[in-house]
Amino acid sequence: MQQIIFFFIRNKNFLLFALLFFISFTLTLNSHSYHKSKFVTSANFFSGGIYSIKSNITDYFDLREQNNILTEENVRLRSMIVNSTPENEVDTTIQGLKNYDIVSARVINNNYSKTKNNLTLDKGESHGLKIDMGVISSEGVVGIINSTSGNYASVQSVLNTNSQVVAKFKKSNHFGTLLWDTKKPNIVQLTEIPRIAPVALGDTIVTDSKSTIFPEGILIGTVRNFERDLDQDYYHIDIALFTDMTSVKHVYVISNNVAEEIQQLEQKVEDEEQ
Amino acid sequence: MKSNETLVNTVRFIVLVLVQVLLLNNINFMGYVNPYIYPLFILVFPLTGNKTLLIFLSFILGLTIDIFGDSGGVHAAAAVFIAWIRPVALKYSFGVSYELNSLKISTAPLPRQIVYIIWMVLFHHLMLFSMEIFNVRHILLILKSTLFSGIFSVILMVCTVMLFSKKPS
Repeated sequence: MQQIIFFFIRNKNFLLFALLFFISFTLTLNSHSYHKSKFVTSANFFSGGIYSIKSNITDYFDLREQNNILTEENVRLRSMIVNSTPENEVDTTIQGLKNYDIVSARVINNNYSKTKNNLTLDKGESHGLKIDMGVISSEGVVGIINSTSGNYASVQSVLNTNSQVVAKFKKSNHFGTLLWDTKKPNIVQLTEIPRIAPVALGDTIVTDSKSTIFPEGILIGTVRNFERDLDQDYYHIDIALFTDMTSVKHVYVISNNVAEEIQQLEQKVEDEEQ
Repeated sequence: MKSNETLVNTVRFIVLVLVQVLLLNNINFMGYVNPYIYPLFILVFPLTGNKTLLIFLSFILGLTIDIFGDSGGVHAAAAVFIAWIRPVALKYSFGVSYELNSLKISTAPLPRQIVYIIWMVLFHHLMLFSMEIFNVRHILLILKSTLFSGIFSVILMVCTVMLFSKKPS
């Protein structure tokens, strides 16, 4: 017994190191898989508060640029209202509004140079934000919420190797998965597009409603480059994002009111098949 | 540790964390190169201080950086690792005078200090980027990130150490 105690005392530094290293390693593994809830996140009172103070100061530096982006969006929406016929309004807009709620939020921390990038928003559970809600900017898709606290939320950016957004061609409805190869912050990769799909440079890529996270037709980007090896059945496509991920400040969080119902239904069917 | 040393180390901890998360994490030189200065806390921790305490404080330090950067536990792992191997790095950088407890890092010859900083930064960055990228296929990216970030971190730390070193009276 005494020897065991002596052993622990003699090696206490190594044992403490091993224990803490093991904890860090577990946290790292945890952060590498998307589906587990995260323990270590910037969406908490402490770091959220400090980021909030920082962004309150630094936001003034690019006010003019951010105002221009918002004005451009207003112009686009105004022209849609002016050009829409009353029939369309009844068919699409009002129907669409029932299923989706939109909350605006400010980005208080953003990174895009790592392999797993996250953004922090200044709104959280108390504003109705939940995990797995989609986040878009005025130009296009930004990411998906992966952690929330009372007043802050952390967003898994599309520039994250864990990110998997379902995307499709606007013209042909062929869909695939959006991944990121970590090379450039404005280029993402679209995979699983079959060889029969017609692909051309400049084709618009939009979100698909299959995943219940984003509504259908939110802009993502355009085809910048594509290739397919002779013996391959799928294309490898580079997509240039519409959203400038390096300067995104104002975002909209989309909550799908019927997501739960759809998921329950799909789960039920799945269970019955087994 | 004396109460004065405790205060100095507490202030150093807070200042290094704030400089790291508010300033250095946003540099993104050439798209992906970020220097890291917070390991300096572990490097200049008093040599006579408690080693167990240092390992524990390093974990807290790394975890704080992780919380701000949404990076899981990668900084905590790297910080705990260099806190653990610090005695070895000290021995190989400063020789026997370290073991005789007659040494102060700030009064050691500058080349020795730089060698010490380079070793510690190398180990820290290698562990950090291996954990962050976590893929053997991307070993080149790990080495490239370690090299480029490492150069910047070493320069930054050497400058900081020179700036704050007390002149021998």
